[in-house]
Amino acid sequence: MAETIIFQSLPARPAPVNTEGLVPWVKNNLFANWQSTVTTLIVGGLLLFYIPQFFNWAVLTATTVPNADACRAEGVGACWGVITEKYRLIIFGRYPFEEQWRPLVATLLMVALLVMSCTRIFWKKWLVALWIVVLAAFFILMYGSLFGWLDVFGLSKVTTDRWGGLPLTIMLATLSIVLCFPIAICVALGRRSKLPAIRTFCTIYVELIRGVPLISVLFMASFMFPLFMPAGVTIDVLIRVLVGVTLFAAAYMAEVIRGGLQAMPKGQAEAAASLGLSYWQTQFKIILPQALAMVVPGIMNNFIGLFKDTSLVYIVSLYELTGALGLALNSDADWRPFKLEGYLFIVAIYFAFCFAMSRYSLWIEKQVNKSKLR
Amino acid sequence: MSVAPRTPPAKRDWSWRSQAFRGLLYQIIAVVVIGGIAWWLATNTAENMRVRGIKSGFDFLTQPAGFDIGESLSKFDSNDPYWKAFLIGVSNTLRVAILGIILTTILGTLIGVGRFSRNGLVRGLCQAYVELFRNVPVLLQLLMWYLLFTEFLPDVTEAKRIGDIYLSKGGITFPKPIWESGHLFGVAGLIAGVIGAWFYRRWARSKFEATGKVRSMFWIPVAIVLAVGVLGWLVGGAPSQFAVPQKGEFAVEGGGALTPEFMAVLLGLVLYTAAFVAEVVRSGISSVARGQSEAAQALGLSKGQEMQQVLLPQALRVIIPPMTNQFLNLTKNSSLAVAIGYPDVVSISNTALNQTGRAVECIALIMLVYLTTSLLTSFFMNWYNAKSAIRER
Amino acid sequence: MFKTGTKIVLSSLVAAGALASIPAHAGKTVDAIKARGQVVCGVNTGLAGFSQADSAGNWTGLDADVCKAVAAATLGDATKVKWVPLNAQQRFAALQSGEIDVLSRNTTFSLTRDASLGLHITTPTYYDGQGFMVTTKSKIKDAKQLKGQTVCVQSGTTTEKNLTDFSKANGLNIKPVVFEKVEAATGAYFSGRCVAYTTDASGLASVRNKEAKNPDEHVILPQLISKEPLGPMVRRGDDEWFAIVKWVVYGLLEAEEYGVTQANVDQMKSSTDPVVQRLLGSTEDTGKLLGLDKEWMARAIKAVGNYGEIFEKNVGPKSALKLPRGANNLWNKGGLMYAYPIR
Repeated sequence: MAETIIFQSLPARPAPVNTEGLVPWVKNNLFANWQSTVTTLIVGGLLLFYIPQFFNWAVLTATTVPNADACRAEGVGACWGVITEKYRLIIFGRYPFEEQWRPLVATLLMVALLVMSCTRIFWKKWLVALWIVVLAAFFILMYGSLFGWLDVFGLSKVTTDRWGGLPLTIMLATLSIVLCFPIAICVALGRRSKLPAIRTFCTIYVELIRGVPLISVLFMASFMFPLFMPAGVTIDVLIRVLVGVTLFAAAYMAEVIRGGLQAMPKGQAEAAASLGLSYWQTQFKIILPQALAMVVPGIMNNFIGLFKDTSLVYIVSLYELTGALGLALNSDADWRPFKLEGYLFIVAIYFAFCFAMSRYSLWIEKQVNKSKLR
Repeated sequence: MSVAPRTPPAKRDWSWRSQAFRGLLYQIIAVVVIGGIAWWLATNTAENMRVRGIKSGFDFLTQPAGFDIGESLSKFDSNDPYWKAFLIGVSNTLRVAILGIILTTILGTLIGVGRFSRNGLVRGLCQAYVELFRNVPVLLQLLMWYLLFTEFLPDVTEAKRIGDIYLSKGGITFPKPIWESGHLFGVAGLIAGVIGAWFYRRWARSKFEATGKVRSMFWIPVAIVLAVGVLGWLVGGAPSQFAVPQKGEFAVEGGGALTPEFMAVLLGLVLYTAAFVAEVVRSGISSVARGQSEAAQALGLSKGQEMQQVLLPQALRVIIPPMTNQFLNLTKNSSLAVAIGYPDVVSISNTALNQTGRAVECIALIMLVYLTTSLLTSFFMNWYNAKSAIRER
Repeated sequence: MFKTGTKIVLSSLVAAGALASIPAHAGKTVDAIKARGQVVCGVNTGLAGFSQADSAGNWTGLDADVCKAVAAATLGDATKVKWVPLNAQQRFAALQSGEIDVLSRNTTFSLTRDASLGLHITTPTYYDGQGFMVTTKSKIKDAKQLKGQTVCVQSGTTTEKNLTDFSKANGLNIKPVVFEKVEAATGAYFSGRCVAYTTDASGLASVRNKEAKNPDEHVILPQLISKEPLGPMVRRGDDEWFAIVKWVVYGLLEAEEYGVTQANVDQMKSSTDPVVQRLLGSTEDTGKLLGLDKEWMARAIKAVGNYGEIFEKNVGPKSALKLPRGANNLWNKGGLMYAYPIR
């Protein structure tokens, strides 16, 4: 008989260290070694010290009563009363008080349109038509009529010098990004053109605008633009500023689009040429759709930047969100001391918009990468 | 049926079918249209100015300015000409921009690197910082800092004293060394030290390549600069007189001072731009191939060594171009100083514009200043970029 | 690319139809005003007593009343004014470009402005001087005590230069902190950044009474460091319009001098005083010479009252600003207001 082989099981190996769950996470991320432990203790200590204080100021001892004397009382923290008292003026600026439902509806429409434009299932042809309809509705609501026509809704006329607050911020950002698009595409194509004169003009435009701060462009629109026009022709300051912001945004946008164009493999254009497509057919049917899809995150970032930059029009006396806050608080002796709370309020508004957009931009970036991996 | 081979159109065919001709035509149209518009705007402007008797030209630059400037690096008198006022404005802008760029680079890099920390708390904080600061308009941040400085610091008459430093609504006042000719030796020493350090580095590098012996490339040069500088200062008689601020009846007098306007502009710009720089640094580091980091760990490098010696030098190539953009943004954003009363070049130009009515000229000057700065910065950064590019043998 | 850029500009110009203001006829301002049925008036964005809008968009104040009087004289209706609020930097560009017909925005008359900015100064409606406001707490009693102090000031004004002149003449080494916007300047003063705030004395009174939490905590120093004649300005190149604005102001002064008020203007038409008869157009047609009708001044006075009434209502001792009449009294009552005769 052959030797009996006795199989003896080895002792089981210990289970791998658990890397899931709270305890291992804390161990790995907060107390991995002594340096990490010290850092955790110091940073954590500071946070534990300051966050409750801030919370105490902002929530526990804060007051929301719209009464300046209540805010001045001993032991009262943040005075959110300044918001409850002034929020209409901060959000709508000098728009007539009884008519403020109009900018509210107009803004909601515009935001809804923006959200729709960011959602894939709505990327249809009729979205363009919807844009035109909503923009027209926006102006009818804000101004009372559409450039003097369609004055049939019985809305009273509200001139542009009384527009302000959040509607103005959103309008400036949206309109300038939409209007700058065609310019930006032309400039981006022009910068890559083989024709030296066109290339030079486009390069000069982009470099000139990108080399100067927005504020100087706004000053130009506000103070110098009137001198450029023939005698007698004057243009509303809002339009002038809008043109300034648009031309400024177009230069940056052109660079983003040019980035997309440059990233296109040469074969695409060559294939199009071999199919006998003309230059414009090649650009509009082959190159641009792909290039634009590639740079959507960049376009989004530009939009976020532009949204923030609209705060600069405050310096040329348009009362968008930042300006409206000054309007609400600067000349009111009772509430002026609580400007910090006012600032925090509009910081929250700006942050909410920009943060949402930057998250969306990240998401879209992932989508784009996904299609690249396929 | 055979098709006759089509002959390609002649290159210089003066018909619509020729690409060369069409290209030329397009260009001529573009030049004519743009030139026409420029001419139209120029004639409008000239006509408007003529009809209304508006004076134009840059001759006003030599006239006495007639206004004072709140803070300036060199002495400015209201009888000095406008061009000098402009220069003061430019120097104030550059002061904010250069200091801002240095501080932003340091802070932004720290935060960007912090996003790779092994400590979860540090990672979270760095991310929260980036999200918070880059999603709020920089103008709003400047206004908020200015509000904090002017609203919550003590009045000038009740300035807070920390040692010889006073803190109040008037800003920070601190002891400042009084300039004596002896300091000149110190400065000369520093310059000599820099030259010496440069030669040392050259020598150390050539030795390293010849023998492989590693010498410190950072600490020894720094020591050389400091040592020679101090030596020069000692030779100059070690002048150590300080102008110590004194509390006067209404103000803190003497010593050096930073106004709240300057501090608010600097702080606002640095904190805002640092958030973007941190993102640039983060994406730069994460663009370095993973194998590099694994290889560094396999060699037994510490986390710090891995970052300093392996990841950052490689990330630098990806980082520099977007970093240049951030520096340019910071410089351009410094024009927002005008909103809080810091006399930068925009503020001075606006004053000049209002005193003289030369709108076109003053705004052209602002644009010229920023364009020059932008071009110089990108020139320098391109040079640095070329220098730090991979050198393939 | 400029091609497209300009296309956008031009198409937005067209699209802007309603938003863009109505073209003014160079040299023929009056015709343009009559054609559009509105006087476009540039005013301060908000200076209590001079030009300030209430929440319904109605403008009040001394400067605003001048515009209303001009509209009443030219168009027969004081409400036919389009108000364009302007800040200090925008005002001259707006006038030069024809965006506004008349600039009535507490603007100082000076040689440089008259000679180089493409505008005409008409006649002062308020004689002012630059002063300082300090806190009571600072115990400063005299502007010369401001040695080495910080003073908040708005840019784009004559104020900045006057401050420098004063500082230099008295060796005070005042440190100006210059703000782009008047709100920023006053805000910085109230927060304690500056020891003093400087602007025209009327502006100081306006800020002190309307914007200070407690006006008693602030004093306006008695010294005035400059002469600031404030009044309406018009664009160069249209002498008829220049004459109308100038003579409406004179008419308001003349009305006060001869006792014509908002209340009695209708009875006064039958006055036997030939000066009053001429002023109100019951005999001689003075309006015709200006290209207006007979009743031009009667309507203006009926709309806003005579100069004295305008002053009392907006800035005088009984108003919130509580400014004394002082130099702004009529010439025969010890002031400087001297209207050229309407005849």
